[in-house]
Amino acid sequence: MTKYIGKSVKRVEDKRFITGQGKYTDDIKMPGMVYAYILRSPYAHATVNSINIDAAKSAEGVVAIYTGADIPEAIAGVPCGWQVNFKNGDIMKEPPHPLLVRKKVRHVGDGVAIIIADTRANAKDASELVDVDYDLHDAVTDPKAAAQPGAPLVHADAPNNIAFDWQLGNPKEEVAAALASAAHVTELDFVNQRMIPNAMEPRSAIGHYDTAYDKYTLYTSTQNPHLTRLLMCAFVLGLPEHKVRVVGPDVGGGFGSKIFHYIEEALVVWCSKQIELPIKWTCDRSEAFLTDAHGRDHVTNAKMGFDADGKIVALQANTFANMGAYLSTFAPAVPTYLHGTLLQGLYTTPKINVDVTATFTHTNAVDAYRGAGRPEATFLLERLIDLAALEMEMDPTELRFKNFIPAFDGVEQEGYVTQVALQYDSGNYAPVLTRALEMVGYEAFREEQKNQKGDKLLGIGFSTYVEACGIAPSAVVGALGARAGLFESAQVRVQPTGKVSVYTGSHSHGQGHETTFAQVVADRMGIPLEDVEIIHGDSDSVAFGMGTYGSRSLAVGGSAIVKSIDKVLEKGAKIAAHLLEASTDDLDYAEGKWTVKGTDKSVGFGDVSLTAYVPHNYPEGLEPGLDFSSFYDPANFTYPFGAHVAIVEIDKETGFTKLKRFIAVDDVGNVINPMIVDGQIHGGLAQGIGQAMLEGAIYDETGQLINGSYMDYCMPRADDFPSFEVDRTVTPCPHNPLGVKGAGEAGCIGSTPAVVNAVIDALWKGGHKVKDVKMPMTPERVWTAMQG
Amino acid sequence: MANKISVTVNGKQYTGEVESRTLLSDYLREDLSLTGTHIGCDTSSCGACTIHIDGKAVKSCTMLAVQADGCEVTTVEGLATNGNLHPMQESFKEEHGLQCGFCTPGMMMTATDFLKTNPNPSEQEIREALEGNFCRCTGYHNIVRSIQLAAKKMSEAV
Repeated sequence: MTKYIGKSVKRVEDKRFITGQGKYTDDIKMPGMVYAYILRSPYAHATVNSINIDAAKSAEGVVAIYTGADIPEAIAGVPCGWQVNFKNGDIMKEPPHPLLVRKKVRHVGDGVAIIIADTRANAKDASELVDVDYDLHDAVTDPKAAAQPGAPLVHADAPNNIAFDWQLGNPKEEVAAALASAAHVTELDFVNQRMIPNAMEPRSAIGHYDTAYDKYTLYTSTQNPHLTRLLMCAFVLGLPEHKVRVVGPDVGGGFGSKIFHYIEEALVVWCSKQIELPIKWTCDRSEAFLTDAHGRDHVTNAKMGFDADGKIVALQANTFANMGAYLSTFAPAVPTYLHGTLLQGLYTTPKINVDVTATFTHTNAVDAYRGAGRPEATFLLERLIDLAALEMEMDPTELRFKNFIPAFDGVEQEGYVTQVALQYDSGNYAPVLTRALEMVGYEAFREEQKNQKGDKLLGIGFSTYVEACGIAPSAVVGALGARAGLFESAQVRVQPTGKVSVYTGSHSHGQGHETTFAQVVADRMGIPLEDVEIIHGDSDSVAFGMGTYGSRSLAVGGSAIVKSIDKVLEKGAKIAAHLLEASTDDLDYAEGKWTVKGTDKSVGFGDVSLTAYVPHNYPEGLEPGLDFSSFYDPANFTYPFGAHVAIVEIDKETGFTKLKRFIAVDDVGNVINPMIVDGQIHGGLAQGIGQAMLEGAIYDETGQLINGSYMDYCMPRADDFPSFEVDRTVTPCPHNPLGVKGAGEAGCIGSTPAVVNAVIDALWKGGHKVKDVKMPMTPERVWTAMQG
Repeated sequence: MANKISVTVNGKQYTGEVESRTLLSDYLREDLSLTGTHIGCDTSSCGACTIHIDGKAVKSCTMLAVQADGCEVTTVEGLATNGNLHPMQESFKEEHGLQCGFCTPGMMMTATDFLKTNPNPSEQEIREALEGNFCRCTGYHNIVRSIQLAAKKMSEAV
């Protein structure tokens, strides 16, 4: 019986946003607040000879200026949260990422000084008076070029700029042998270009040291306040954690870029102690381009072998992954355990080897961006299989159907064990593609394509994906190098009047937790949605949390809430049994009341709640109160999957590519709020399609980000897209209580290769048998592909 | 240099001094604490700061506060009247036209002005009208639906 679960309940959080009352970090003002501006290196690689702040110090409104020399040696910098070892067992190279550089800048945007003044404008003005003397050096920006002998070194103690190398899967020789005896091998060199996340709210942080309580508060635009607190206290500033409060208030989008602990967060906290004033720092969009952790940036060679029948026999993937100048919080996990482990895809490939070399370059750090590793894995697989179909003159959908892993529900049938270290929970892959083909009208489309004449080329591209989310079992990720657990916590506090406050360690920055989680609570407890409040984002009210990323909130955070609800109802039943003079075994709980089976004797949730706090007539030995906390550590990842289809039309004269239709059929397990899930898919699709057609960071050879503004970086706009056509199948997750898998990243993971494949299909149908068009597929690149 | 200005914002008159260089967006946020107007970029591209000046949608970061002297300004905080949500606000909620909410004020201010000039737009016309407003969450899909619904509500109300 569900009143709310499965319904498109309108979002309870919307009211404050549509009336302009959302409270983002930059909206917060405190008495005595001063403003920070960070002076950043305009060069990618340079030695800092000297920094003269004399003139700046006496500028109007300046309160304080700090440079790297002012930060105590003991504060080495922000840490990396994931350790990957070299193939030979050596620990990855992990050079410090200082709050402000002392001797050497390693990317454009590296912080050199922090200027604090009474207004933001005065801080900026004063920054122009800081005189930094630089000696310039050569830079390297490409992840493959960085590993070549003679490349400029980013860190002296990382030879050849290699942060680590890593491999996974079957022995390379076995894969090579299988490829050698394959009937057909498709080989592709490609670049999965660097993306800039571009959450619409620029990052912001307020540090406030309260002298009265000797307590620090950090407001920050973060996806995980508790983890930020832990990292900052234990590994950066050495502060006692109980004396530090971190709040992630309303946050204007994250997409991964606000997971990480950034230098600015630690800086404003440290500086606020020095001057005993609250300090606000908010970045300009230009700074965001330079310093928000970027995504993707892989240079890959991959080979997929097939037997004469079209069955995949082996896959070899070799990737250079760009880490940027420093290792960001989760950076090492992205090209390895979130990428290499997904190269089974939804196919029965018997031999797989993936080899990754992660390199430092003179660029901004790269870390998780919506999908994080899984889009790169999906792109690799789906580009290869679609291209193989063209080369072998087979239908790309038939080739996929032939290779799909047979259905398994994870209950009757075991989860599928891959060649790359995972066991999928449940999957039923053929129906998503079948449904997508129905929605496309596939046969009719192929007819239309065949008959296409005139100045346009039509193409269709497919992508079928499986991803891993709901991260993650702590012991498993610990074995894989995570320096944190990836459980979640939840507290369900029943108030004496029967109203319910839920404290979750998940963090909503657009996902609608205040609604979805409330739907779960209201249904499970049999109470009205209005009686439930979801509280998140404040380390002083929420016991602990690992935050929101990796499509984990409902699968992990939601499961923690369910655990606490179970405890509440179990205790509630004892109180109810006492009041009803019955045994708990004789009670049923439904619609907010306990009823003695077969009678009309019942007691409501509200009465039981009140009794728990006014325990006059109360079970002997039972504690008062109705308030439970839980920690939920998942048994496995969850594995959503889906089929995406793009239809494009290319103008032969100009190469301009119009995305005519986009169809997505995703299976994210059980769905709590279809409206919100559809919205998550839509947003993911736009980001994935944006990568294929419009976006991409461009560093020149000197390490300048030459498209670091909205005048230069092509953000997707409303008229770049058609209306998306989305549908679902439902294969429940067998190992969490809600049967949910996660929907936040699916759209972004599946969509990119579908669009590229559609362009390649159109080009082949037009007689241009090119293997690849580099992303973003600008008109110029598509036009060039047609000239061959 | 300080300049004296007098502006009517959401029906309320404000008189004060501003620096010549102060952008209208900063004036609204910092001086008037109307933080519903958001700043998402530094190139007048993203549209999060869109407000109405004398009834017309304007990116408030493209104007100096002094230029608003004597003007009637409406921000997202002034979109609802007498406690009743504007049909555009209702529609954004009903069609799930927002996720993180950061672009939403600018989207709604652009869209309400657009519907004044084109009360019955096609989907394509809506998409083109939103070219100056970025959203990273919704893929614009439900923003378009929201504006379609608002157009319907507003034409029925006439």
